[in-house]
Amino acid sequence: MAVVSVDDLTIAYGNHTVIDHLSFSINEGDFLVVVGENGVGKTTLVRSMLGFLKPKSGTITIPQSTRLGYVPQFRNIDEEYPLSIRDFVALNTKPRLLPWLTKSERNRVERMIRENNLTKIAERPLGLASGGEKQRAYLAQALLPNPNLLILDESTASLDNEMKYELLDLVTRFQQNGLSVMFITHDWDLAKQYGTRFLYLSPGSYSTGPINELPSPVKGDKK
Amino acid sequence: MLTLSFMRHAFVASTFIAIICGIIGVFVVARNLSFLTHTLSEIGFAGGAFAVFAGWPALNGMILFTMLSSVIVGQMSIKESRREAVISAVSALFIGLGILFLSLSSQSASSATSILFGSVVGISLNEVWQLVYLSILVLIILLLMYRRLKFDSFDSIGAQVSGINQTVISVIFLLLLALSVSVAAQIVGSLLIFILLTLPAASAKYFTHGVARMIILAILFSLLGTWLGLFLGYLTDWPVSFFIAVIEVIIYTTALLYSKFIESN
Repeated sequence: MAVVSVDDLTIAYGNHTVIDHLSFSINEGDFLVVVGENGVGKTTLVRSMLGFLKPKSGTITIPQSTRLGYVPQFRNIDEEYPLSIRDFVALNTKPRLLPWLTKSERNRVERMIRENNLTKIAERPLGLASGGEKQRAYLAQALLPNPNLLILDESTASLDNEMKYELLDLVTRFQQNGLSVMFITHDWDLAKQYGTRFLYLSPGSYSTGPINELPSPVKGDKK
Repeated sequence: MLTLSFMRHAFVASTFIAIICGIIGVFVVARNLSFLTHTLSEIGFAGGAFAVFAGWPALNGMILFTMLSSVIVGQMSIKESRREAVISAVSALFIGLGILFLSLSSQSASSATSILFGSVVGISLNEVWQLVYLSILVLIILLLMYRRLKFDSFDSIGAQVSGINQTVISVIFLLLLALSVSVAAQIVGSLLIFILLTLPAASAKYFTHGVARMIILAILFSLLGTWLGLFLGYLTDWPVSFFIAVIEVIIYTTALLYSKFIESN
């Protein structure tokens, strides 16, 4: 069953068409990698799926049963950022009127901390965490409300190789438990290694299919 | 000391102000609104001057001016890159207005002094009650929006993604900030108001890493400053605001040194 269906989507900034008649869907348990060179509209696509951008034409259908989780590419977390990793993860609890966390919410936070290998550093200020630890904290926060579709926007871009694999291994574990994943990346090797399906965006065209049909990068696409 | 009714009033008033400033301050610091808070205090001065001119209680004029302007500043400076310039412009306008209203009113000199530097030991029982009511109102609203405000203040990108209405949160918070600035001006005065709204919270974040704990610590730092300030003011007859300012700066400097010490170990 599709957790998201995009049908004949066109998005433009003024006269400049960024996404042109794009159609694809993400099914339950898919690990869809979205690849393509800079400026081809990958983040624009995500922003429109999240409802931040209005398409010029076409539809994005997100069934009511789909709960979206999103790990954005940029976050304003500097060295002085004061919250501990545990408190940062807990920010994404339901916006209820109760100021403190209920027992079940606390348990859920602890579970996310544990499952994202953050137990030992849960009390460390997020501002002082390494790049990989930060990404795992972002992931834990996004997974806290138990989404069934997770969008990762360039989450591995600033990580060294070891941390990239560590993060994506973790995501794969969640995917194997039924989470659908949409992973935006520049990295063809990672895409091939972790994806089950691909969406390749290039200026004016696109292709999609099972991962073994992913075309080789052309000039301008980073390998 | 507490047998004197004006000192009792001052202690009750300063306790409520310290609590409100401690809580609001944590969000002021997280949302990078220290400069706006400084500006709101100047706007508070203009509002107070207007109240003197119009024959109102100073607090009412302050509330009116700070609330109006906080929403205007909030709306004009949605783009962060523009925020500082907008705040400077609004601040310049309101200082000018403050001077105008003072020069138009007959009792300028002493009123201006009490608005600018605070007059906590001259606070009446009625004013204490007014302050208590306003503080409780601020606390209730904060409690009701606590989770949303916390998310938006400490991770605005995450909050946007989770569907929190950031404009509503921002406007309500600015109104609460305006109210707190007006209330706190009674004790430290317009000039030094930003001290209680920024320094205790800015210090707290170096000692603890949870929002609730930061709030508790910020309240304790504000209480320490205001209570000790009142006590020292009573002993020496020097201005209370001076002591509060010095104590809060000492706490902040200690917090910075502590964080350097922790980092180097």
